[in-house]
Amino acid sequence: MAGISETAGPAPARTGSKSVLGPEEIRRALTRIGHEILERTDGAGDVVLLGIPTRGVPLAQRLAARLEQTEGVRIPVGSLDITLYRDDLRLRPARTLGHTEVPGSGIDGMVVVLVDDVLYSGRTVRAALDALGDLGRPRAVQLAVLVDRGHRELPIRPDYVGKNLPTSKREVVRVLLTETDGEDSVTLQVGPEEGR
Amino acid sequence: MNRHLISAADLSLDDAVAILDTAEEFATLAERPIPKLPTLRGRTVVNLFYEDSTRTRISFEAAAKRLSADVINFSAKGSSVAKGESLKDTALTLQAMGADAVVIRHGSSGAPHRLAGWVRGSVVNAGDGTHEHPTQALLDAFTMRRRLGRLDGLRVTIVGDILHSRVARSNVWLLRTLGAQVTLVAPPTLLPVAVDGWPAAVSYDFSSVLPDSDVVMMLRVQHERMSDAYFPSVREYSRRYGLDGDRMALLPDHAIVMHPGPMNRGVEIAADVADSPRSTIVEQVTNGVSVRMAVLYLLLSGSREPAEPAVATTGGLAPAGERAMSAAAAEAGL
Amino acid sequence: MTAAGGAGTGRPGARRDQGRWLIRGARPLGGRPADIMIDGGRIVAVTESGRDRRDQGPGGRDDGNIRDQDPDGQVTVLEAGHLIALPGLVDLHTHLREPGREDAETVASGTAAAALGGYTAVHAMANTDPVADTAGVVEQVWRLGRQAGHCDVRPVGAVTAGLAGSQLAELGAMADSAARVRVFSDDGRCVSDATLMRRALEYVKAFDGVVAQHAQEPRLTAGAQLNEGVMSARLGLTGWPAVAEEAIIARDCLLAAHVGSAMHICHVSTAGSVEIIRWAKAKGWRVTAEVTPHHLLLTDELAAGYDPVFKVNPPLRTAADVAALRAGLADGTIDCVATDHAPHPAESKETEWAQASFGMTGLETALRVVHEAMVNTGLLDWSGVADRMSVRPAAIGRIGALAGGPDAISHGCPIAPGSPANLVLYDPEPITTVDPAAQASRSHNTPFAGMKLPGQVIATFLRGTPTVLDGRLTG
Repeated sequence: MAGISETAGPAPARTGSKSVLGPEEIRRALTRIGHEILERTDGAGDVVLLGIPTRGVPLAQRLAARLEQTEGVRIPVGSLDITLYRDDLRLRPARTLGHTEVPGSGIDGMVVVLVDDVLYSGRTVRAALDALGDLGRPRAVQLAVLVDRGHRELPIRPDYVGKNLPTSKREVVRVLLTETDGEDSVTLQVGPEEGR
Repeated sequence: MNRHLISAADLSLDDAVAILDTAEEFATLAERPIPKLPTLRGRTVVNLFYEDSTRTRISFEAAAKRLSADVINFSAKGSSVAKGESLKDTALTLQAMGADAVVIRHGSSGAPHRLAGWVRGSVVNAGDGTHEHPTQALLDAFTMRRRLGRLDGLRVTIVGDILHSRVARSNVWLLRTLGAQVTLVAPPTLLPVAVDGWPAAVSYDFSSVLPDSDVVMMLRVQHERMSDAYFPSVREYSRRYGLDGDRMALLPDHAIVMHPGPMNRGVEIAADVADSPRSTIVEQVTNGVSVRMAVLYLLLSGSREPAEPAVATTGGLAPAGERAMSAAAAEAGL
Repeated sequence: MTAAGGAGTGRPGARRDQGRWLIRGARPLGGRPADIMIDGGRIVAVTESGRDRRDQGPGGRDDGNIRDQDPDGQVTVLEAGHLIALPGLVDLHTHLREPGREDAETVASGTAAAALGGYTAVHAMANTDPVADTAGVVEQVWRLGRQAGHCDVRPVGAVTAGLAGSQLAELGAMADSAARVRVFSDDGRCVSDATLMRRALEYVKAFDGVVAQHAQEPRLTAGAQLNEGVMSARLGLTGWPAVAEEAIIARDCLLAAHVGSAMHICHVSTAGSVEIIRWAKAKGWRVTAEVTPHHLLLTDELAAGYDPVFKVNPPLRTAADVAALRAGLADGTIDCVATDHAPHPAESKETEWAQASFGMTGLETALRVVHEAMVNTGLLDWSGVADRMSVRPAAIGRIGALAGGPDAISHGCPIAPGSPANLVLYDPEPITTVDPAAQASRSHNTPFAGMKLPGQVIATFLRGTPTVLDGRLTG
C-alpha cells in the first residue's frame, strides 16, 4: 500500500530526515513516467490507470491529467483497493477499506497500469494482482511507482520508476502529496529500530 | 473495535461508522464478476444457533463465505446440545476446533457474554433472548443511510413490543450513538418500566408521530403476548399499533417503512404497506450480508490465533522477518 | 426429649475437652480491653485488663495466638490484645443442602464455614430433598449438626408439606421433636395463599413458633431474573418488581396483626419493604425482619456482565435500596443480618444467566461485609453488630438469652459471667481479598470473590470449646 504503511510501523520523528524529492522533482518524474507509458504502449490507446489507495490514487490522476494536458490523450483512471487481498490481515488490526473504482471501460483486454507511491517488499503489488484477477482479465498489467526503495521479497519489478532510492531497512520513505497531505515531498528518515 | 460484537451499546461512533463504511465497500462486491474475496481464507466461522432463525443464519453464512471463511453450522437440533450439553462445554468444543469466530443465536439474554468468557475467538451476537441483535441494528442503520443519505438528526419511530424486542434495544443504542432521534410507540404494557431512562421519546399515539417520522420501523408482535394479557386481542393491537395504508399516508413523502422480519402481514403491517415502494424490507435482507461481512472482516483481521504460528496459516507467502517482528511488537503493545 | 446443648454433656464430635481459657485483652463489643475467663463452657469472669497491654508483647501487638499456659497447665491463655470479642453469631437463614444436595454443601462443610465466619448457631432451611417437613428429617439434620460439632444447627421446618403451598406440614411434630423447631419457613417459595399463611401464623402460637416468610408474589415474578428497573430493561432480563416483595410483606403484616402472631420476614431487599416494616412496627405488631449481607453491599449493576454469581433471590436491587436497607438495619427496623447462604455447585453457575440457580454463599464473609457496609460507614458500632448478628437473631430463633429453661441452648448472651461461652474474636485490621477457593464451603459461588474486605475471624468458641483458632478450624 502507500508510502508509510509499506514500511510498517508508525512514522518516526522527523529528526534525521533527508529530502529526496521536492515538488518540482515529483512533477518531472511523473512527466517522464507519462512519456514512457505512451512509448511503451503505442500511444496508450487501451491503457487503464489504477491507483492503489491511498497515495497511488492521486498519482494516477496526476499522470492522466498530465497526459491529457500535454499529449491530448484521455486515459481512464480508477482505484484498486488491495486491503482485502493482503497477506498480513491476520497480523495487524483491521484497516479501513479504500475505495475500488473501475472506470467504465472495464479492464478486460486492457493494459492496466498499477500506480503506487513506493515499491518495497512487493507484497502490495502481489495483492493488487490478485484483486485484479477477481475484477476481470487485462491483456497486460504494468507497474508505475514514484519511488523504488529496493528490498523486494517477491519476484516483482516496476515498469516505470520515478526514482530509484537505495535504502536500508532501518529507513522509512515518507511520501506526502498535496491531495492527501497538503504538500508534495519525499523524505528518507531513519527508523527507530531495526526492521521497522 | 472490540474483539467481540455483543451489544450495539458497546459501539463507539467511530466503530459504528467504520462498520457502515466498510459495508458500503462490500455492497459493491455483488456487482463484480467474482463476488468473493480471499480475505478470511483459512479462518473458521461457526454459526452456533440455539434458536431457529434461517434468515439470520443464512445471512451470516453468505457473509462468511463471500470472505472465503470456512463455515461450520452448529444448530441446537440434532447436536449434543439437544442432549443437554452445557453452553460452556459446547464453547470448549468449538475452542478445540479452532473457531476464529462464533456467531451465536440464543434464547437467553447474555449468552454471548458468557460464551465470550469461554472461547478465544471473536463472539458475534446474532440475537440473544430479549437483549440485543446488534447486526440487525447495523443493517437497519445502513439501510436508512443508503435510502435517506444520513443518520444524524434522522427521526426514527420504532413500533411494537419494545419490552421483549432485541431489535428495538440494539436500534435504540446504536441510533443514539449515530445521532438519530428515536421515538418508541407501543402499548404501555410492552414498554420496559425504566424506559424513561432510555435515549428515546415514548408515545402511545401512533398516528400523531407519523407526520414527523423519517423512518418507521415495525416490530413483529408475538401472538403469545395476548395470552399474557399484554393486550386484549390481535385485532385491537392491529387497530391501535398496526401500520396500514391510511396511517402510511400520514408519513412525509420521503419516509421509509422498515421491518426486521419475519412479518405478520395484517397484524403489525398491512400487505399493501409491506409491498409499497416505501418498504425497505427486501433491501434490509440484501444489506444484511454486506453489514455482516463488514463485521466479520473488522473483527477477524489482525486476530491471530495464539496457539497457531502465523507462518503456517499464510501458506506459501510466509511473512518475512519484518512482518513477524512488527506483529510481535504490536502484540507486545497490547 | 433429648437435652439440646447443655455445657459439656458429652457432645459427639467435640474435639477438645472443655478446658479453662483465659482470653487476655480482647475488647468486648469493641470496648475497653478485658480478660475473659472461660471454665466449664461458661464465662466465669470478665475483668478489665491492665492498662496498655500492647506494650508487653513482642512488636507491641498480639495476634490471637496461644502464647502460654499457666504453670499447672489448666488454663490456656489466648493473647487477644487488639481483637474484638462478640457473642457468637447466629444465622437465621442458612442452606446446608443436606440431605439431597451433598455435592453443594453438607451439614459438616456448611457448619465449618459458619464457624469460620464466627457463627455458633445456624438455622438450616427446609428446602432440602427430602424437604424438612417431618420430625424425621429435622431430627436428622439436627443430629448431623451435633456430629459435626462446628456450631449448633437449628433446623427450620417447612410450613407446607413438600413446600407445595397447599397443606400445612406437621408443624407441631417438628416443634416437639428432638430438634425443637421454632422457626418455620417455605423459604425459596412464598406461602402465597393468604388463608394458608393465616393458618400457619395462628397455628404456631401454640408452641411459640414463628413463620418466616419468603415474600415473593409468584404471579408478579413469573420467569423473573433481575430487579425490574434500569438494568433489567437494558439487559433484557425479565424484571423482578419490588412490589412483588412489598405486596406480600404488607399483606402478611396485616395478617400477623389480625391473628396476633409473630411473623418474620426473610431477606428484605427493597426500600419499600423497609417502609412497610417500619410502619408495622410502629403499630406494635410482632413483625421482625432480616437483611442479607449481599443486599447491604451489592447492587443490580453487577449483573451487567451476566455472571450468574450475582443471581440471587430476591435479586440485588439498586443503590437507593441498599441505602434504605442499611438505614433500616441501623435504626432497628430490620432486626438482624441473615446470610441466606445458598451454596451451588459450579455447573449451576457456569451457565447462561436464565438457566443458572439463584443464590450466593455468605457465611464466611458476613461479618466482614457488615463491617464494611455498617461499621466503616458509621451506621453501627460493634455493640450494634452484636445485637443485629447475635442477640436479635437468637431471640427470633427462640434461642436467645431469655428463652427456655436450663436445658435450652442459649446464644446471643451478654459477654458476662454466667453466660454460655459462645464467642467470636475478630481482628478488624487486615484488609484481604476474598478467595472462594480458600473457603470451607463446598461451593464457590461467593459474589465477593476478588473483592477486598476488612477483618478476619480469629477464633470462635462454642460453649467454651474453640471451633476456630488462629483463623483455622480446630477439627
